Amino acid sequence: MKLSFVVNGQPREAEVRPMARLLDVLREDLRLTGAKEGCGEGECGACTVLLDGQSACACLVPAVQAQGATVLTVEGLGDDPRLARLQEGFVRCGAAQCGICTPGFLMTAAELCQKGQVLSRAEVRDAVAGNLCRCTGYQKIIDAVEEALCADQPR
Amino acid sequence: MLTSHAEVLSPRSLQEALTAKASHPETVALAGGTDLMVLIEANKLAPSRVLNLWGVQELRGIDAQDGWIRLGALTTWTELIHSTLLADHAPALVEAAQTCGAAQIRNRGTLGGNLANASPAGDSLPPLLALDGVVELGSARRGLRRVPIERFFLGYRKTALERDELITAIYLPARVDGDETFFRKVGTRRAQSISKLSFCGRVRRQGGQVTLARLAFGALGPVPLRAHTVEVALEGGPVRPQLAELLLNDIRPIADVRSTAEYRQRAAVNVLRGWLESLAG
Ligand SMILES: Cc1cc2nc3c(=O)[nH]c(=O)nc-3n(C[C@H](O)[C@H](O)[C@H](O)COP(=O)(O)OP(=O)(O)OC[C@H]3O[C@@H](n4cnc5c(N)ncnc54)[C@H](O)[C@@H]3O)c2cc1C
Ligand code: FES
Ligand code: FES
Repeated sequence: MKLSFVVNGQPREAEVRPMARLLDVLREDLRLTGAKEGCGEGECGACTVLLDGQSACACLVPAVQAQGATVLTVEGLGDDPRLARLQEGFVRCGAAQCGICTPGFLMTAAELCQKGQVLSRAEVRDAVAGNLCRCTGYQKIIDAVEEALCADQPR
Repeated sequence: MLTSHAEVLSPRSLQEALTAKASHPETVALAGGTDLMVLIEANKLAPSRVLNLWGVQELRGIDAQDGWIRLGALTTWTELIHSTLLADHAPALVEAAQTCGAAQIRNRGTLGGNLANASPAGDSLPPLLALDGVVELGSARRGLRRVPIERFFLGYRKTALERDELITAIYLPARVDGDETFFRKVGTRRAQSISKLSFCGRVRRQGGQVTLARLAFGALGPVPLRAHTVEVALEGGPVRPQLAELLLNDIRPIADVRSTAEYRQRAAVNVLRGWLESLAG
């Protein structure tokens, strides 16, 4: 099938099998390798992207369901000043070690930032529960997400 | 890398979807894909045809209709969580949705998919049983029919869904004054864990007397089940927590990788007794 969708603000097209995973379309066909494959079964969140504004595991989305959709990957985050701040927060807090999980965490957090929610630390933990990290022990990631959400609130 | 070469049809209307399913009953329905994609990736399923339901608007939405709440089959867990109608009429289902998977799964996973997948650990099943839910099934030839949820699950991963049918909606009766509900999932961690045991209870009390009791358990056996013995014992009197012990007449828990039979049995009785004690005050 011919897949036409908007990726990081740009209209894109690709000739793909309808049941190909969005993750493979992004990585192989569009050469956007930001979204990572950890588990390939929805458990780790390394492949998280925003699909029509909602976080989704790109390893579980067939290409046919991205037809006409809007997709945001970690490559597109920097275009939005607020989301760029989220990325800077990850750097400042030391929230990345090997970095494999980082794009996924950033995208899950991006959904929270875009919704403008005010969350307690416990709620932040719950909100990123679909993302696994084998390196950091999570504290610094939670710090960075909390900081980004607070920065969005008027003081 | 998922190598499925399945042919995919993306109908725009329910009629089109049902006609496609009837003319090729081997077609596998696709809703949010959170169960299906995992199965295909693991080579446990290799469909030749897939029916992508995601664009069928008639399968969406949560509305009140003549004393019932209608939930389209494509209603996602996230939509359940944010529905003000359900917060009033089915808070136990909202709680179940909150414990399901993680944000990414809740944004795509649907109620229809949870029912059709028919895992005995499916988190929507105990609430739908306790709330006397009804599943609506559609076929191109026979139209719509409604099956009470208790008769929808026939055996391990076996449902009343015929090969030419799709789940179109789930109906819940509107909440009645005096109804109190409770949901509890026991798993290894809060997010992303498959239930070792899940429970949803509902009692209706008038003047301190229980006039209706519904006690539903998930993940205890091949199908979700109701504890009929305890329900009958509870009805007609005040809430007596010691009746929880009768549960052993209703359940015969399984042992599997997630838990032993003894653990499940004890946990089930404790969860039920704890809730009944809080009701008895
Ligand atoms: C990481 C992860 C965590 C999870 N955690 C939980 C959890 O905590 N609790 C829980 O209950 N589940 C959990 N699940 C399982 C899954 O997310 C749910 O069962 C979900 O509700 C399935 O819905 P879906 O729309 O994604 O179904 P799909 O994968 O699209 O379909 C599932 C099955 O239902 C059939 N189907 C779908 N819609 C219809 C229809 N309208 N008519 C007829 N047949 C239909 C499909 O053919 C398929 O057989 C988890 C899954 C993953 C990957
Ligand atoms: S690779 Fe998609 S969730 Fe792990
Ligand atoms: S930084 Fe290595 S997995 Fe998270």
